[in-house]
Formats: sequence, C-alpha cells, structure tokens
Amino acid sequence: MLKPVCTIAADGIYSLATAYMQILTGLFDVVAVEAHSKASDIVNMSPIYDLALDPIYVRPLGLNAHFIAGLEMNAFLRSSRASLTHCNEVIDKNRRNALSNPIAMNSTYTAPSRAEVLSYPLTKDDVAPLADGAAVVVLAAEDAATSLRDDPVWIKGAGWASDSANLETRDWGKATYAALAAKQAYRQAKINNPAEEVQVAEIDDTYSFKELQHAEALGFATRGRAHEMLEQGVYDLCGDLPINPSGGSIGMGHTLEMSGLVRVIEVIQQLRGTAGKHQVAGDVGTGIAQAWRGVPTASGGVVVLSR
Amino acid sequence: MLVKKRVAVVGAGMTKFMRRAQETGKELAFEAAKQALDSAEMRVEDVDSVALGTAPDAFDGVHMKGEYLLDGAGAWQKPYSRNFVGGGTGVFSAIHGWWHVASGLFDTCLVVAEEKMSSCLPHPQTAFLTIFDNMIERPLGPNLIWIFALEMQRYMQKHKIPKEQIAQVAVKNKRNALDHPSAQIASAVTLKDIMSSEVLAWPVQRLDISPVSDGACAVLLASEDVARKITDSPVWINGVGWNLDTTYWTNRDLYFPRYVANAARMAYEMAGISDPRRQIDFAEPYDPFDYKELHHMEGLLLCRKGEAPKLTAEGVTERDGRLPICPSGGLLGVGNPIAAAGLMKICELFWQLRGEAGKRQVAGDPRTAVAQAWGDLMQIGTVVVMHA
Amino acid sequence: MALNKSKPIEPQGRGLKEEDIEQHNVLTVSYRPMAKYAWATGVAISRFLEGLKAGEVLGTKCTQCGRIAVPPRVFCEWCFKRSGTWIRLPDTGTVNTFSVSYIATDTTRLKTPTIPAVIQIDSAGNAGFLHIIGEAKPEEVKIGMHVKAVWVEPEKRKGSITDIKYFKPIE
Repeated sequence: MLKPVCTIAADGIYSLATAYMQILTGLFDVVAVEAHSKASDIVNMSPIYDLALDPIYVRPLGLNAHFIAGLEMNAFLRSSRASLTHCNEVIDKNRRNALSNPIAMNSTYTAPSRAEVLSYPLTKDDVAPLADGAAVVVLAAEDAATSLRDDPVWIKGAGWASDSANLETRDWGKATYAALAAKQAYRQAKINNPAEEVQVAEIDDTYSFKELQHAEALGFATRGRAHEMLEQGVYDLCGDLPINPSGGSIGMGHTLEMSGLVRVIEVIQQLRGTAGKHQVAGDVGTGIAQAWRGVPTASGGVVVLSR
Repeated sequence: MLVKKRVAVVGAGMTKFMRRAQETGKELAFEAAKQALDSAEMRVEDVDSVALGTAPDAFDGVHMKGEYLLDGAGAWQKPYSRNFVGGGTGVFSAIHGWWHVASGLFDTCLVVAEEKMSSCLPHPQTAFLTIFDNMIERPLGPNLIWIFALEMQRYMQKHKIPKEQIAQVAVKNKRNALDHPSAQIASAVTLKDIMSSEVLAWPVQRLDISPVSDGACAVLLASEDVARKITDSPVWINGVGWNLDTTYWTNRDLYFPRYVANAARMAYEMAGISDPRRQIDFAEPYDPFDYKELHHMEGLLLCRKGEAPKLTAEGVTERDGRLPICPSGGLLGVGNPIAAAGLMKICELFWQLRGEAGKRQVAGDPRTAVAQAWGDLMQIGTVVVMHA
Repeated sequence: MALNKSKPIEPQGRGLKEEDIEQHNVLTVSYRPMAKYAWATGVAISRFLEGLKAGEVLGTKCTQCGRIAVPPRVFCEWCFKRSGTWIRLPDTGTVNTFSVSYIATDTTRLKTPTIPAVIQIDSAGNAGFLHIIGEAKPEEVKIGMHVKAVWVEPEKRKGSITDIKYFKPIE
C-alpha cells in the first residue's frame, strides 16, 4: 500500500533475484517477495498452456502442451541412458519425502504405476499435481538483516537465463538454461565444485525426469550420470546430497510459478535446522534452490543460499 | 539514498507505431533492439542482460508473452526477465533495466518494450475487461472507457475545468507528433474537431483518446565505466521511483494521483531535485487520454493541483514554452502500443537531452527531464529522471 | 570507440490496413483462447455476496484504525492486521463520480446510455464500489448526489453485485 511494488512475470525465484538486485543498488534495505498459486480457480489448464505455444508454427498442430515434456523426456532418456525405472524412483523418493512435510498437499503415499500415458513416454504419474498456496520471503541488506535476526540466511549468488524461445531451435535433452543460471550464481558464490560444496538442493521436478536433467545441469552429477547417483541413494534424504527432501513439486504439489519460492523456503529451513521430520542430517551450510518456468519455456533461475 | 553505481542510457531505437503491423511481436522487438544496439555501435554479445516490458498477454494472444518475445529481444542464452505493472510498464522497464546495472551484477542491460494490440479481435479494448474486479465489477458489464470517464469527470468537476482546456492537450500533442518519424496518428487536428467528435462515455470523446497500436522500443543501459567507452554523451538515469495505491480504486478520490506524486518524490529525492518546477527542463508524462497529461503534470509536482489546464491554455507546455510537455507528441500523437509507448518517452528524453531530437528539439539546451507512466486500475505511477 | 552523436533513427514497420486482412492480401492465422475460471470468492467477498442476497450491504471495520472497508476484506490494507468486525452499512450513498456511457462492453454503440458511478456508501468514509445509476436522466446526475439502492426481488437474488439493480437518486 503506497509502496514501490512491481510484478516480475516469471517464477518466484526471479522475483527473489529482483529483490536481491534492488537491495544491492542501495535503494532499499528491506524487500518482501510474494508468489502464489490459485490453480484450483482454473477450470481447464490445458488450453492455458496451449495459449503459450507459438501461434503460427505450433498451436495449429492441436497438441496438448505436455507433448513438449514428452519430446524432451524421450531425448533425455536416450542421451543419458536413464530409464523409466529411474523416473519412477524420482517419483517414489519425492512422494515418500513429502510424507514428512506438514505442508505437502497429499498425506498418503501411492506408488507410481505409469498407467495413464499422456504423451509417450510421459505418464500422469510423471507430472507433478497442481496445488494452491502462497509464499512470502523477506530480504534485507546486510546491516538491516543482522539487526533483525541472529541467524539470517545469506544469498550468495543468483542467476537466471533463457535458452531458445522456439521449440525448433531447442537443444533437446539438455537443461541449458539451468546450467547458465547456475554458472552465474556459482560464480558469485565462488562455488567451483557444487557436488562437494553443497549439502542440500531443492530443484524443479515439474516432470519426474526434469529432476535428473536439472541435477546434471547444476553439476550434481556429470552429464548422463544423475540416474546412477539416484540409484546409489546419493539424492535420498539420508544421502550425501539430498535432492528435494521436501518432496519437491511431485510430493508437495506443483504451485505453478510459486514453485521456485517454495524451493527457496525449503532450503532456508534446512539451513536453519527447522525442517522437522524432513530435516537433512549433519552440518547443512550451503543449499541450492532452482526453478524452471515449465512448458513451453526454456527459462529458469538458481539461487545459492548459505548460513 | 545510497545508490552507488551510476547508470546511463547509451543507445535507443524504436519501430514505427502502427494500427496493425505485419511484423510479429518477435520481429517488432528485434527491429527496436537492433536499432538500439546499432545506435551505440554495440553487438548483442556485448549485452550482459535483457529486461523486457510488455502489457497483458491478451493483446498479442500469447500466454507467457515474455518467453515468446525473448529471441527478438536479443535474450537468447542470457539472463532475461519481464516486468509487468500494467500501463506503467514502459517507463518501468527502464527502472527494471536500471537495477540490473546499478546492483553491480551486470555492466550492460538491453531494455525492450513491445506491444502487438492488433492481434486481439474484435477490438483490444475487450481484453481490458479483465482489469475490472472479477467478482463485483465485471457482472455490471463495464467498458474500459468508463474508468477514464469517471476519473476525468472527477478531475474536471473538482477544479471546474472546461472541456476545451483539456482538448487543447490533444491538439498540441497530435501536432507535435508531426515531427516524429514513428508517429501513427500525427495531424493538425483542431480544437473544434476534438470537441465535435463522438461522445463515447461523457466526458470522454473519441479524439480525446490515443489509438490502438503495434510497436516496440528499446534502450541500451550501461554502467558508468562502460558508458564512457561507448559514447561521449551518456544520458544518466539519476532518479527512479514507483508507487502502488490501494487495490480497490473506488476507495480513493480520483482527482489527484497521489501514487504518481509518491513515485515522483522518490525519483526526485534520488536525483537531488528539490524544486521540480524549476529544475525539470521538460517532461513526458503519460498521456493515453488528453486529461491524463494534465492529471500527471500535477502528480509529477510540476505545478499546483488544478493548475495544469491553465498552463496549457497559456502555451507554457508547448515545445517552445517554458515547460515543454510531451515534445515527442506523446501517446496521443505517436501512438499507444502500451508498454512501447512508455519506453518511447524514455527514448525521447535520451534524444532530447543529447540534442538529437531533430525538428522536435526543445530549445535552451535541456539538461534534466522526467518521464512517467501510469497503469493497472488507476494504481501505479512509474517515474524516471534523466540528466545529461 | 567513443561516439558523440548517434544517427537519426529510421523506424521500421510495415503497417497494414483493415482491407488487407479482409481481402486476404496477407495470410492470417486465427485462434480462440479458452480460458475458463471458477473463482473462489474468498472469505470476505463470499460473505459480502451472501449479504447482498439477503438485501444487506456488509463491510468490515478495522479495530486498530477504525477504517471501514466496503467491499469488505479479512485484513485492513492500511494497518495490515486482521479486520476486526463485520458491520451492516446503509444501502444509501453519495455519487463520487459518474459517466454517461454510449458504448457497450464489446464497444458497440448503445441507444440508451448507461450511467456508471462510484458510490461512496454512507458512514463508510471513502469506501465504496462501482455500480449503475438508474431512474435518472443523464443531465440530472451530479457529483455529490444522494442515492439509494434498488434491489432485485428477494427470491430472484443470486448473491451477486447485480442483486442491486441500480442506485436511484433520493432527496
């Protein structure tokens, strides 16, 4: 109310990066960031996604927008040699993790069945279910932060990037936008070896395979090896580099463009040691939050947080 | 204000503003962005980040329009984001770009604003209906023009302003636009033409309104070190301000836009301007309707409340007057592709302050100017002060 | 390389006329979006609409600053605290501003104009909402005029802002 307010038309993680820049200019000391999802108000989601497709080249094909995820899943599985079983393992891990998360949408576990095919090889279980919610994060400049609380969580780096706007010129199978965003954020945070220097990661799993694809882009596995790490339990809640201990969007519910802020808040809780039953054990000093804007985009952001 | 890093505008470009362009939104964005880069002799590789502004997706008919436009905006594989503050977006885009550089994170930022309203049929005005509250206003069957008519009525009644003084703004701006190479509806229209034009929603008449347009603009921002390598005459963004008023517009007295005044104060303070009436050499307030120029002049604290119409009648706001207002020709004369129109004003400030505005050039070697836009449901003021 | 002046711009753009499209001088693609919403009216507006159905104008009053919100809110926008109490407001008010509109929602011309107005509800301070003036000729409507709601018959009300047909002038 009668304050400087604006909207950044993207995932909440972009708004966080914006607030970060606004504070760095010196113009503001304290900035609040908000994002919300009221997916339940939308009677039919498909036509909304359809409206995001190129009106001249793609929309006339009359395909459900999930086809893009299907194409990419196929390309990723082929190039990485990950299998549908690995995708099931992601779904399984995240659904189980969510059982320990009090704000997750579902409180019961069901095993993935791959029964309902949407756009082969994508099945209904591969798609995070939509949810409503709201999230707010308050950022403060250094002096203000230390006077407001004893344990602020610091933003060490923020990056965001967009790959090709057009499906035709996409690098199918690679999350280039995530790698570029991570490069920017890691440079600011002086992280050279993310797999060693990061203790927890909350990354986008709008579709099951995306978690593996993003893990590789973020440097948590070399190219084509994320599914091996997953198999070995590295990304489990009790593993060496837990990914989505919150349950991710698959487990908690997919809050559209609020997702990135949810990932950020979950990392903050892990760093503070207040994640309760889904708390990652040990000394959690640095965490990564990552977001993707969903189909048909190749855009996303990364934030490095630490105590 | 402890803003440490200085940011300058070093290049600008724009397309024609047209009623319906053959170009797609991507192509419009490209033309403007390319021109801005060429004008500074920079390449897209030199651009560290891209900031885009565009108004509701409903006009172009593409959801997540920012994603669709990013290739035309030169943002491939770059940090790219889109801001949105309704009609205030165009001027706000420059602020959005400003903090990219002023934060120290990037040395350059390409700011692009685009709009392709002609895509929306039967008329883009119908897309505006979503601005009304979905629960308690839309069932009344409103029309976009109502908003302006209600505000204009309140402003006119409060200060007892005769319609002729308001219509004079349209005459001035449409005539100023005759000297703008991008102008869509520049003309030597007379006061009589305006006063006899069709009444849409009293007191709004057809010629009081800016047109539906397609178009794009772009400016290149650079940090001080980089700016000085690019040009001998960078134009500094030395004040930014924005402010958002209450959610329900019916809880306010519409005769004065306090949120514009708040935004102006924020920008003036940052720019070290204590007496805008004397220190601002010319201004480009947002003029989608003629009365809005007056409303916003007062909001920008360039004159007393209710004084703007008198200054217009006295010729003070003409291009050769003491305080030129909308020397570009504004939205009323150049056109109104929503977001691009606001950024057009930033382009105008850039060209005027470098002495490059050609036949539109304001005399007297102007040094400091202010651009402003307005949007949402009479809710946001966005202000930028620039200095040569 | 420092530059002093940039070249004057040569704005690009191929403007089309309406006839170009009608006469198929250019290729076109068309699409009809399907965006269907079922909006939850939320805690406060639900109650407001239920109030309208019962023939009442309800508002909320902030216990901290005393401001009244109509349309009501669960929080006070100014104090950022939960609103204190629900109150019944009169269905009369003052015209803050109005217009005489000759155009419909879809921009077609109306023979009989509609008179939209912002009605400030009596005793609610600045607060009010958009509605229509009825039973008045355009030239009779004035800012500051006192008006009263004319309600739809009780059995036909739906819980909508249109349960008030319009506001009419009163002495």
